Amino acid sequence: MQNNNNKLIDKFTRDEYKYGFYTDIQTDTASKGLSEDTVRFIWAKKKEPDFMLDFRLKAFRHWQKMKEPTWAHIKYNPIDYQDMIYYAAPRKKPQYENLDQVDPELLETFNKLGIPLEEQKQLAGIAVDAVMDSVSITTTYKKKLAEKGIIFSSFSEALQNHPELVREHIASVVPYTDNFFAALNSAVFSDGSFVYIPKGVKCPIELSTYFRINAANTGQFERTLIVAGEDSYVSYLEGCTAPMRSENQLHAAVVEIIAQKNAEVKYSTVQNWWPGDKKGKGGVFNFVTKRGICKGDNAKISWTQVETGSAITWKYPSLILKGNNTTGEFFSVAVTNNMQQADTGTKMIHLGKNSRSTIISKGISAGNSNNSYRGLVKMSKEAANSRNFSQCDSLLLGNRSGAHTFPYIDVQNKSSVAEHEATTSKISEDQLFYCLQRGIDMENAIGLIVNGYAKDVLNKLPMEFAVEAQNLLSVSLEGSVG
Amino acid sequence: MIANNNSSLKPHAFKKAMIALFENKHDQIPGNSSDIIDKLRQIAFEHFKQLELPSKTMESWRFTNPEPLFRDDYIIDFESKFQKIDVSKIFTCDVYDLDTYCVTLINGWFAYKNSPLSCLKDGTIIGSLYKAMEIYPDIIEKYLGSVAKISEQSLISLNTVFMQDGLFIYVPDNVKVEKPVQVINIVDSDKPVFLQPRNLIIAGKNSKLTLVHCDHSLTHNISFTNTVSEVILHKNAFIDHYKVQNKGRNSALVTSMFFRQEQNSTLNNNVMTLNGGLTRNQVDLSIKGENCTAELNGLYLMDKYQHIDNSVFADHAAPNSRSNQLYKGILDDQASGVFSGKVLVRRGSQNTMAFQNNKNILLTDEAKINTQPFLEIYADDVKCSHGATVGQLDPNAMFYMRSRGICERTARQLLMYAFASEVVKKISIEPLKDNINKLVEKRLKGELSICDQCILNCSSKEPRFVQNILD
Repeated sequence: MQNNNNKLIDKFTRDEYKYGFYTDIQTDTASKGLSEDTVRFIWAKKKEPDFMLDFRLKAFRHWQKMKEPTWAHIKYNPIDYQDMIYYAAPRKKPQYENLDQVDPELLETFNKLGIPLEEQKQLAGIAVDAVMDSVSITTTYKKKLAEKGIIFSSFSEALQNHPELVREHIASVVPYTDNFFAALNSAVFSDGSFVYIPKGVKCPIELSTYFRINAANTGQFERTLIVAGEDSYVSYLEGCTAPMRSENQLHAAVVEIIAQKNAEVKYSTVQNWWPGDKKGKGGVFNFVTKRGICKGDNAKISWTQVETGSAITWKYPSLILKGNNTTGEFFSVAVTNNMQQADTGTKMIHLGKNSRSTIISKGISAGNSNNSYRGLVKMSKEAANSRNFSQCDSLLLGNRSGAHTFPYIDVQNKSSVAEHEATTSKISEDQLFYCLQRGIDMENAIGLIVNGYAKDVLNKLPMEFAVEAQNLLSVSLEGSVG
Repeated sequence: MIANNNSSLKPHAFKKAMIALFENKHDQIPGNSSDIIDKLRQIAFEHFKQLELPSKTMESWRFTNPEPLFRDDYIIDFESKFQKIDVSKIFTCDVYDLDTYCVTLINGWFAYKNSPLSCLKDGTIIGSLYKAMEIYPDIIEKYLGSVAKISEQSLISLNTVFMQDGLFIYVPDNVKVEKPVQVINIVDSDKPVFLQPRNLIIAGKNSKLTLVHCDHSLTHNISFTNTVSEVILHKNAFIDHYKVQNKGRNSALVTSMFFRQEQNSTLNNNVMTLNGGLTRNQVDLSIKGENCTAELNGLYLMDKYQHIDNSVFADHAAPNSRSNQLYKGILDDQASGVFSGKVLVRRGSQNTMAFQNNKNILLTDEAKINTQPFLEIYADDVKCSHGATVGQLDPNAMFYMRSRGICERTARQLLMYAFASEVVKKISIEPLKDNINKLVEKRLKGELSICDQCILNCSSKEPRFVQNILD
């Protein structure tokens, strides 16, 4: 049996990256390196309003004074920030009304990724704002959404059409001084998505963005801003795959969510960027700052993430529960294999009375990978009667992987309750035996057990994503148990 | 929190002062006679120069501000002060039915009745470390500095640079010490003092030792005690270790206990903190052999401005071992607490079972708790779990008692007592358990003061009494 398992592990660890292909589209790139000139170049190239130049330069100057953080449980060679291109946009920025006008090569790329850009995908009820490299190419459903007063566009378009809205909310949740990577993003971000849901509007469809890093040697720095007005609702989906590349690609995104009184925002991610080969060569460096604020009373924000890709994941989707009776949720499945390293988790900062938060984190580590959960639950003196429940489980596959849990719990009042529990174990022999005994082969048995293990989180994903996520898990973990 | 006035120094200034002190007065430190000790001091000194003193910017000291510890007016004495006193005349042990070998350390120096170092019939040596450096250099050379992480933490290296005296216990192979050894650490001074006692405890193969360690201060004067203990458990050894802390509000106590466990050994470690100004207990367990068992328990009952920081580290470097951490605390008034537990399961340490549990009750909105139960695991066939809770007394239980005519105060005390008893129950020496039980009860009623010495009875309410005898 041991032999058989080893074979399975070998097979799995030799699995090539399914989504590794490279589309040859001419790009308009900035020269290598980062300076105030680069920042100005990006600003000029994107024809942004003046306040953005001020914002970008402030962020850049602050970034120069900052040091790269070293506290995370990850190791990598130092990143040379001067040896990178900070802006790459597809040469022709098309303004299409229908799909026939879109570069067929691009459509082919999206098809390979399974992005529902085509007509029949309309039935799936998804409006897609596809970001190829750094500039939004096409947006569907825009008109339909516009009727309801919903703004769903690329960040650059939002800056052109609604500068006052962007100005009001940008960096209000993640200031440019927040951390090293947020400062870098603020200085050089190229594009991203902007969502505005007016008061009282329930967004009728799931909003979705696919990100894809394409041109070689280009860091992608997107920025997403979601503003949900009073009594509104929106579900937002983000997913990505990246082509195979031998150099590490830096990705430092910022996501900000603002939920006003009684608003609800659901944010789901499937992240499947290229993790590098099995020796740890290449792969995407993913340093992301995601934060939401439940500004008004009774607001709710929920993060759901499935992390299977990237050589390095450094990501802590956080929530500030400022209003009274606010709710925050974090559901995460993180899978690492080969030489992947993930340091991910959440922060729940309770400021309002009766605020509630739930954290469910499932880590799965295989191969030589390291998977860490790092989280903070803070209840301030004012956050009376707050409640938190955290559960962080780790599953270890193979004896060369590592699973770590670093929770921080900080309570400063007498009426709040915080609970944290975590377990680390390998796949239960009993469960495996049970499946094998009933004629289910090893691979399927493991797939079954792991999917069951992650079910709590997968169930939280919107339907379209849940299927993709389940497939991803099965592909990632076939036969990786000894 | 201990008094913070103009005498506070920044860590780098304190470090400079310590370096100058060693360079100038190196020759005057007692216990410098042998080359082994001198060499160890030099090594530690080199490390100390490299290492940074604790500050709030360090991850391990983030929630405990060490700056009030560093002062420029500490009395640091290099005169051998070990005392020939009949301790029983000062204290009587309050634990009835508990027959112990009782030894006392006054301001870090060993106080003895007959001899500073006694060798029992079965070969067990109990006594002063200073004396042991002189008489048993081979044992000292082999063990002293072998477990403490001199190269990693500046306070450990600092202790090693200036160590003078402390407790030394050597239990030979196959010896079971029937009577518990009780150590009473007393700080008694009218001036601010900086003490650095060093303890070395060695349990040979198949041996058994019970150690009760009590920390007390007799005055409310400012003191900073930086204790380092090294405990070595050889194959199949068994150590039952209890630490009871009842210190004054101006005292700062940093105790670092390093345990090394060899194959099949068993360690029970219990840390009970009843009172203290700033208390930091570091328990550092290193499991080097297979089939070891370690129980690491703690209880802390803090009020007023007291601060407690428990840092527990279980390092599983061998397979088939088990460790269990249970720390519980009640924080009242403006008290603050920190628990940072860590379990490290190294590669290849299969079949490890490691559990970690920290439970806290906050009684006021001013009380604070930071808890960080960490797991770092590099082996797949393990069972590890951790849990942490912060909450209040159960309102349903409260209601149940109130509805049966129990007044709120009593009901609260009963519930707190029940909460604490999970840890107290783990004490295996019956008389000690009863006594701690009483102490906890007293403490929860707010009746325990530092003059009300825990295990011992201060024969006078006037703390200066001890000083008079010493004079």
